[in-house]
Formats: sequence, C-alpha cells, structure tokens
Amino acid sequence: MTGLYLGVPVNVWIIIGAALVTYAARLGGHLVLSRFKRIPPRVDAALNAVPAAVLTTLVAPAAVTGGPAEALTLAICLVIGFRLPMMAMFCIGWVLIVALRAAGL
Amino acid sequence: MSPTRSEFFQGVRDSLPIVAAAAPFGMLFGALAVDNGLSVGEAVLMSATVFAGASQMVGLEMFGAKIAPWIIILSVFAVNFRHVLYSAALGRRIGRFAGWQKLIAFFFLTDPQYAASEARADKKFPLTMAWYMGMALPVYTLWVLEGWIGAVFGSLITDPGALGIDFLLPIYFLGLVLGFRTRSNWLPVVIASGLGSILAFYTVGSPWHVSLGALAGVLVAVLMPPRSADADEVGA
Repeated sequence: MTGLYLGVPVNVWIIIGAALVTYAARLGGHLVLSRFKRIPPRVDAALNAVPAAVLTTLVAPAAVTGGPAEALTLAICLVIGFRLPMMAMFCIGWVLIVALRAAGL
Repeated sequence: MSPTRSEFFQGVRDSLPIVAAAAPFGMLFGALAVDNGLSVGEAVLMSATVFAGASQMVGLEMFGAKIAPWIIILSVFAVNFRHVLYSAALGRRIGRFAGWQKLIAFFFLTDPQYAASEARADKKFPLTMAWYMGMALPVYTLWVLEGWIGAVFGSLITDPGALGIDFLLPIYFLGLVLGFRTRSNWLPVVIASGLGSILAFYTVGSPWHVSLGALAGVLVAVLMPPRSADADEVGA
C-alpha cells in the first residue's frame, strides 16, 4: 500500500498499529490476572495448558493443508521428537522436508 | 562473576538454539517484506517494533493485497492474541521483577521466550530479570539484523520452498509442543487444540484458528478433574 497520512507512509502507520496491539496483548494478560489475589485451581490448570494448546494450533493445520511431504515430515518428527533433543529433531525435519520435496512428494 | 552477570550469560546460552532456529525466519521475513512492497526501513521497523514472527508474516501477505489498514492490524492482533495467555501465565513467574522491569519484559515476550521462561521455572531456577534479558536481547538484536539482511539480500533466495525454509516454523513449533509433554493433561490438550485448530481453519479461517484452537485445548484443561491443582501448586 502506498500513500501518505499526516506526512507519514500508510505502511508505517500500519506497522505502528500492529506494534501497539501486540504490546497490548503481551502486557494485558498480566494486568488482568494480577487483579486476582489467589489463582483459582481451574484458572491455574487453564494457564498451564496454554503453551501446548497455542503451539499445537501453529502445527496442526500445517500437517493437513500441505502435501504428503509436509504431512510425512511432521509425522516422522512427532515420533523422533519423543526420543531425540529438540535441535536434532529440527535438523532431521529440515533434511526430510527438502528431500521429500526434491523426491516429488 | 557476579550472580547477576552469571544469570545473564546463562540466558544468553539458553538463547542460542532459538537464535539459530529463528535466523532463517528473520531473513525470510525481510526478503518477503520487500517482495510485498515494504521498504527496507519499513521491514526493519516492523521487526523492531512488532517482534512477533508469525504475525509479521501474516501482515506481509496483507500489505501485498489492497486491504484496509485496520483489518491488517486486527489480523496481527488475532495472531498475537495468544500472548495475552503467555502474559497472564508469565505474570505468575516474575513477581520479583520491579514494575518498570515488567513493562520492558513483556515487550520481549515471544513464543520461545515464553517457552524458555516456563522451562526454566519448571527446573526450579529463579526467574530473574538478568536471565530474562540475557535470553531476550540476543534473540531481539539478531531478529532485527536478520530482517535487514533479508530485505537487502532477499532477492538471492529465488526458491525458499526448495530449501524447505517455509516449513521450518511448523517443525520448530512441534518441537516446542513436545517439550511440554510432562505437564498434566498434555495429551488431551494437544489433541483438542489440534482438532480444534484444523476445524476452525476450514470453517472460520486463518488467522482465527490459532485463538479458537487454543481455546479448545484450554477448555479441556479446565474441564478435566483438578486432581493436580494442589499437588503442583509450586512448580506446575
């Protein structure tokens, strides 16, 4: 998008807006929760589930919306990820996706 | 070495795998940004102020199309809404931070920063500002630098797909998910989030599948019997 608004490129305004809503999200959760004196058990259980819950949503659609190369790479990574350290799994996954795509899957 | 300096350098050491894993994305972002009509300066500005890779990529797709600015900003917020949850969860860990330190710390609260902070707390290490910034600053500095390098030299990557670069993010996130497998309710939460996000992806559409899928997983955790609530109050 081109053009100026108040002498500043519209793209820059969009970036500033994106930065502000991102910081608001990063600060806001804490500001709301710090109103609790003691965290109820179910809220605590919910918060403990957050990382796995969110990160899964960044993986699962990628497994079903790509082709066989993508699905197979993630499936193999899932299996070896239970046994190998993170970086080893990551490197094997990288080799797999390149090899499987090169093989035409 | 003073305890504070030692904590800082432990953070730096912990950041190294993340720096390595993020490098291709930092450069890919810069390259795609220029490809989608941003200037080199705007690409660097975005990496330096938003500092959230997936949402930056989503923003880029929309810069390329002629979409109203408020919709782009709303989409970035939707992708980054998960940080509300990170923020609430991390707030329990950084009680010892001063108020101004919290204001700074939350700016640097990326996915890997959050994951590493939780992992450190799980190992019963104190979560100090020195460790936190030791972790955050290398990731941030290199992220901005990589955005610039990518923007300048991006045209050299003619086929990111052949190099598998576009698919490194899901592999990396899968590794992070597996890293949390010792937590209570891990498997039901992951299954609910996975199915929920796929369902939302095909019905509501991207980027809302992130928030909706996560909500499904968190709901499952809330509805499970709270057997462990007392047991792991300290370290969970």
